[in-house]
Parts: sequence; C-alpha cells; structure tokens
Amino acid sequence: MDPNSGYLTTTVDAVVNWARSNSLMPMPMGLACCAIEMMAFAGPKYDVARFGSEAMRFSPRQADLMIVAGWCSYKMAHAIRRVWDQMADPKWCIAMGACASSGGMHRCYGVVQGIDNFLPVDVYIPGCPPRPDAVIHALMDIQEKIRNQYSIKQDYAFGPQRASPKDTAPLMVTSSGIQQAEPDVLRDHSVEQP
Amino acid sequence: MDVPYWLLAIIAFGVINFMLISASVLVYAERKVSGYMQNRPGPNRVGPGGFLQPFADVFKLMFKEDIAPRSASSFVHSLAPAVMVVIAMTVPAMIPFARGVVIVDNGVTVLIILALTSVSVYGVTMAGWSSNSKFSLLGGLRSSAQMISYELSMGLAVVSVVLLAGSLSVVEIVEDQARGGAILGWNVFRNPLGALIFVITAFAETNRAPFDLPEAEQELVGGYHTEYSGMKFGMFFLAEYVNWFVASFVIATLFFGGYLLPFEPQILAAYPGLDGSVLLGLLQALTLLLKVSFFAFLFIWVRWTLPRFKYNQLMTIGWKVLLPTALVNVLLIALVVVLFMG
Repeated sequence: MDPNSGYLTTTVDAVVNWARSNSLMPMPMGLACCAIEMMAFAGPKYDVARFGSEAMRFSPRQADLMIVAGWCSYKMAHAIRRVWDQMADPKWCIAMGACASSGGMHRCYGVVQGIDNFLPVDVYIPGCPPRPDAVIHALMDIQEKIRNQYSIKQDYAFGPQRASPKDTAPLMVTSSGIQQAEPDVLRDHSVEQP
Repeated sequence: MDVPYWLLAIIAFGVINFMLISASVLVYAERKVSGYMQNRPGPNRVGPGGFLQPFADVFKLMFKEDIAPRSASSFVHSLAPAVMVVIAMTVPAMIPFARGVVIVDNGVTVLIILALTSVSVYGVTMAGWSSNSKFSLLGGLRSSAQMISYELSMGLAVVSVVLLAGSLSVVEIVEDQARGGAILGWNVFRNPLGALIFVITAFAETNRAPFDLPEAEQELVGGYHTEYSGMKFGMFFLAEYVNWFVASFVIATLFFGGYLLPFEPQILAAYPGLDGSVLLGLLQALTLLLKVSFFAFLFIWVRWTLPRFKYNQLMTIGWKVLLPTALVNVLLIALVVVLFMG
C-alpha cells in the first residue's frame, strides 16, 4: 500500500471534520451596528440553526467561532484578545464588516485598523454592515475550510483533494451565470501539489 | 425478589442506553421544536432532517480542548460533571416501565428518588465553587438556594401521593392509581393541587426555563458551567437533558398513572387473554413513553412561553405561594384519607 495514502488518518479526519464543521457554536462579539445584522443571522428569517450554529455560547470556553462584529477600539482590543485566548482549541474567527476587517470609515487614532492586527482571522466579510446572508456565507466558508483540514502535515501536502459536499458548496457569480463553486476554490494554493 | 439478576442486568443496560439515546433525541427535539415555535426550520443540514445534529455536537465536544483554570480545584472541578451524570442516570432505576419491569423495588423507592434529586444539588454547587470564577460561584449559589427552596414543596407534593397510596414504593403508587375505573384513579384527578405543585417544582429542580436562573446567560455568562469546556461541558449538557427526561418520567409515574393504559380495566375485561401477556407489557411501555413525550414537550413549550423569573419572584413563589399551598394540600389529603378511606 502506498505509504503516502494515509488511509487511517484521513478517515478519522473525515469524522472529526464533519462533527466540527456541523456544530460551530458562535461566540458573538457584537461591538457595533454589525451586531444587529448578526442577530438577524440567528433569527427566524435567516436561521443559522439550519447549519447547527444557533447555540450561541456566551462563555468563551464553550465557543468555537468568534464573530467580531463592528469597529474595535484599542481599549476593546485587549478584551477581545483575552476572550480569544480563553476559547478552547480548535477555534475560528470571522471579521464581520468593513470596520472589523480594515478599520473601515473609522480612520482615526482610537480604532484598530482591522482586527487581524491582533487576531488570526479566517474569513473577512465586506459590507457596511454585511447582510445576514453574507454572514451565513462566511459560516459556510469556514465549514468548507474545516472540511479540508488535515491533522497530519503530510496529508495536507500530498493527500487526496477532498470534494466538498454539494449542498454546502458556495454559489458563485461567474460570466456564465450563478453556479456552485468547485471544491478547489477555497483551497490554500500556497502549498505546492506534487 | 423473584426476578433473576442477569435479567435485571440486561434491563439496566438497556435503560442506560435508552437514556443516552433519548438525551440525543431530546437535544434534536428541543432545537427542532424551538425552531418551529419561532417559525424557522431548525437544524436540517446534518443527516436526514438534521437528525444527526446532536451526534455532531457530541463528537465535536469530545475532540475539543479541555481547559481547567489554573486557580480551579482540579479534583472537584473534574468530579462535578461526573456526579451530575451518575445521579441523573441512577433515577431511572426506580421507574417501572411496565408491570413488573423495574430495576429496583425495595419498598422505599420514592425516598430514594427524592434523596437523589437532593444530591444533584451538590454537582452544581461543586462545579460553581471549584471553578474559582465569580459567574460560576453565583450560578452555583443561586442553584443551591433555588433547589433547596423548591425541594420542600416537591417533597410535600410527593407526601400527598404517598398518603393516598399508603406506600413508599413507586410500583405500588402506580398500581394504586389503577383503582377507580378508567383514568379517574390517576393521582392528577384525585390530587390535582399536588400534581400542579409537583410539575412546577420539577421545572425548578431541573433548572429549566422559567427557573433557569443558575445558568441565566444574560447575567451569568453560562452560570455554573462557565469555566467548563469540551466533554466536561458535554457531561453537564447530558445530565441536564437526562434530568429533564427523568423529571418527565417521574411526573408521568406519580401523577398520570405511570405505565397504566387509559381504560385498562375495560380493555382487560374485553380481552381477558391480554392479562399478563408480553403484548400488554409493550402497550404499557408505549403508553408510558407517550405520556413522557408529552411532558418532555411541555418543558420546551413552557421554555418558549414564559420569561425567566427574577430572583425575588423565584423566592416569593417558592416560599410564600407553593410551600403554604403544599402544606394545606397535605393536610386536606390526610384528612380525606383518615375520614373517608380509613
């Protein structure tokens, strides 16, 4: 058998990734107006419960996904970083809205110019504020990212490319109309394939 | 006891697995029913109709980092979730699932159930104290105050049932409700006030809304399990759902005729061959399950209907309303038993 096929680890990965991607419990870090859109994202119309993420855990110990919604002042940055450090691994982060992603219109001395100055952000959502469906799209991107995770580096570099489940593949607007994204589209292309 | 031990062991194994599975089904049911009550679909991506959602949650919690705060008392911090689960899983041993199908029947099973529900306060209090966090401590304190206050009324409601049946055995209490024709022998009709008090205190004992002050998210972050992560948090979760299911079982058993079929005497008179058969046992187990499902649904229903009580309202209801009512109820039942049933 090919020693690089990594049969057992990929199987365990598949189960763990399935579980992790389908039960992301968000830690709502609502800082400004984006937080209102984040509430709509959990509400009846957009209903994130479909993806198993409606259980907002207000204790960082039990949360998997931090959604930083709104502009972040330098004073608040310390608190956010502290909450992030209290979260148990594995954990993911969404920067929601222009202000959290880049400082947005708040080009001033008191506002951090993007929370990626102090947090490892997985997905950025543009918009001021983004619509709730954009937040759901970001959640699905995170799920996609988790499904393509490998627990062993060799598998990551040389393992088989995993196809994304069809119903969760994000829709993309292309020149030929709206179509489902290829599984490859969200992959980290910085690693060379053999 | 004439039941062989190997049969008891098989029943006990079945009951424990049944409780574990039913906890996952309850998680799914709660999320789905909550969704429907708020006019949204609820989980529907994982498995058929989202049915595998609780399993994904459990697997995720198992593979999540387990954090114990450095200042926590590590032994007690690990002991608390185990205490909660063990106690929650012990109570079903006292519940008769059909005529003759019960794990423990030693004549004082009602007392054992009351004692176990009292001990489960320790799990919450230990979790709150050992985490060394102010939110956990406040949650634990609230929980112990609430559970001790409501335990008195709960005990008195049970005493009225015990007086009517003249026995401390759960099996005999159920059989006692078979008297009085079709369904009028059920304790909810003979003792409606006691049933109402017991249902209310059962909500308080299981820390479910509107009595969920120990884990009030708006004030206490997560309450007593704020500092728990990974599978330890999952065990609190499991214990909470099993407690909820067990409370439904106890309500159905003590006040709603337990495994008794509605119109059982009439059915047995019409089909005499049914008496003592396996089919009757299955029908009884199904009846109990239907009653329990209704009360499990009632817990979700109430959660999305009533807002949470304030702390002073909680204490007022417990000490000034429920306790005097329960005392008067016990007195009335005792007088009726002495004067008319003696």
